[in-house]
Amino acid sequence: MDFLSNYDLLGAFWTTVQLTFWSAIGALVWGIVLAGMRVSPVWLMRAFATAYVNIVRNTPLTLIVVASSLGLYQALGVSLTTDKTTAALAITNFRLAVLAFVLYTGTFVAEAVRSGINTVPVGQAEAARALGLGFFQTLTLIVLPQALRSVVAPLASVLIALTKNTTVASAIGVAEAAVLMKTMLENEGQAGTLVFAVFAIGFVILTLPVGLLLGWLSKKVAVKR
Amino acid sequence: MRLSPVLRAGALVATLALAVTACGGKSQQVNSSSSLVDRAKADNKLTVGIKFDQPGLGLKTANGYTGFDVDVAKYIAKKLGVDENNITFKQAPSAQREDLIAQGDVDLVIATYTINDKRKQKVSFAGPYFVAGQDLLVKADNTSITGPDSLNGKKLCSVTGSTSAQTLQTKYANQVSLQNYGGYSECITGLLNGAIDAISTDDIILQGYAAANQGKLKVVGKPFTTEPYGIGFKKGDTKTQQALDEYIQAMEQDGSWKAALQKNFGSDYKVPSEPPITEK
Repeated sequence: MDFLSNYDLLGAFWTTVQLTFWSAIGALVWGIVLAGMRVSPVWLMRAFATAYVNIVRNTPLTLIVVASSLGLYQALGVSLTTDKTTAALAITNFRLAVLAFVLYTGTFVAEAVRSGINTVPVGQAEAARALGLGFFQTLTLIVLPQALRSVVAPLASVLIALTKNTTVASAIGVAEAAVLMKTMLENEGQAGTLVFAVFAIGFVILTLPVGLLLGWLSKKVAVKR
Repeated sequence: MRLSPVLRAGALVATLALAVTACGGKSQQVNSSSSLVDRAKADNKLTVGIKFDQPGLGLKTANGYTGFDVDVAKYIAKKLGVDENNITFKQAPSAQREDLIAQGDVDLVIATYTINDKRKQKVSFAGPYFVAGQDLLVKADNTSITGPDSLNGKKLCSVTGSTSAQTLQTKYANQVSLQNYGGYSECITGLLNGAIDAISTDDIILQGYAAANQGKLKVVGKPFTTEPYGIGFKKGDTKTQQALDEYIQAMEQDGSWKAALQKNFGSDYKVPSEPPITEK
């Protein structure tokens, strides 16, 4: 047990939390945009969003994360930072990982939001049209507020999945929990089960309260019909 | 439920297979108390844990296994009186090596296994059969990196969580950029397209990649750590330790040690002198 104090467990999990936080915000925005495109009257936007969601959702996350490093950074030179010190690479990798998670998780958010849009009675949109609102106004003022309230629970599942998916960032060396776990397994091979248990508990501590809180919130904000 | 003849035959095979594996498990348990040396001779069987993904050392290919570790395993098996066809190779990833031995899943681990005190608490070692050291792999035309002293401001790559990555972190973190990937192949991609300046891990592993990318990559040749590779086996089996030490020395003396290194790392490879046996 005593070797645990030799490692920066809190620091590693803090990176996991930061990865999750920024990715969740980005994915929420990108997912709502995608969902809006899927129900838009412009066929090109519908076609793009449908193709994007179906391709990205069905691509392994590791592939997207590694491609962001090998493709975007190494081959195309997209570095996402102006930092010139030796820390630049670590900052770049963190941001590339967030970008990859946003692109990937956005598809799941989009599908959840789209299912929420389907729960809004069509009469609501028809009434908005009758009042003279355009598509964008109808979507943002009438449909989305009701739709989002009904998808808090599915979005909570997406958020929990995202929290655990951040471990894939270890594939490009972002120093989060999974990297520390690999390091500890390499050094403390005799206590492998304990190391696993510590990290499993760490993730339960991160995800369980989120699930409970958002479960309560989803009941509170649900639209009574 | 009615079964077609094909299905019935399949079910019969499955049942038989189950029965056979059940028996296999039992006979292994009976023998596990005796020393590996006696058991290997009696059963004419040996299970060896190797790396499956390291060119030059342990690599799984379409038609079998190649590498220096594999050649060492075959030599030892011959000395133990086990036919080459009766060796079973199993994958032994770095983090699982102790457990594979302790649980009896493998008889020996010959998988770039560095001898150290922490590991000796759980397994016993024979050897070393090779002494490696952490070194640098650079592009063949690179003249700016000549050793660990000329790394200022360079981008270095290693594998997430590995001992080599940790050494870089503790020794050079404030003067170099460290990129860790899940495997060496991503590092190689980065090195070849110029995004990475050097890859760092044990020289013999790097030598394998240099041989696989002949003319494009080279090993710098200034090792800055010492990694004695040993053969791992069940803790406390002193009879096996004595036998293995003897076989390793025999391999070094009859020339097959040097021949195996040259076969796996190319004729340009400068074979180092044989390491003295430390685990007795």
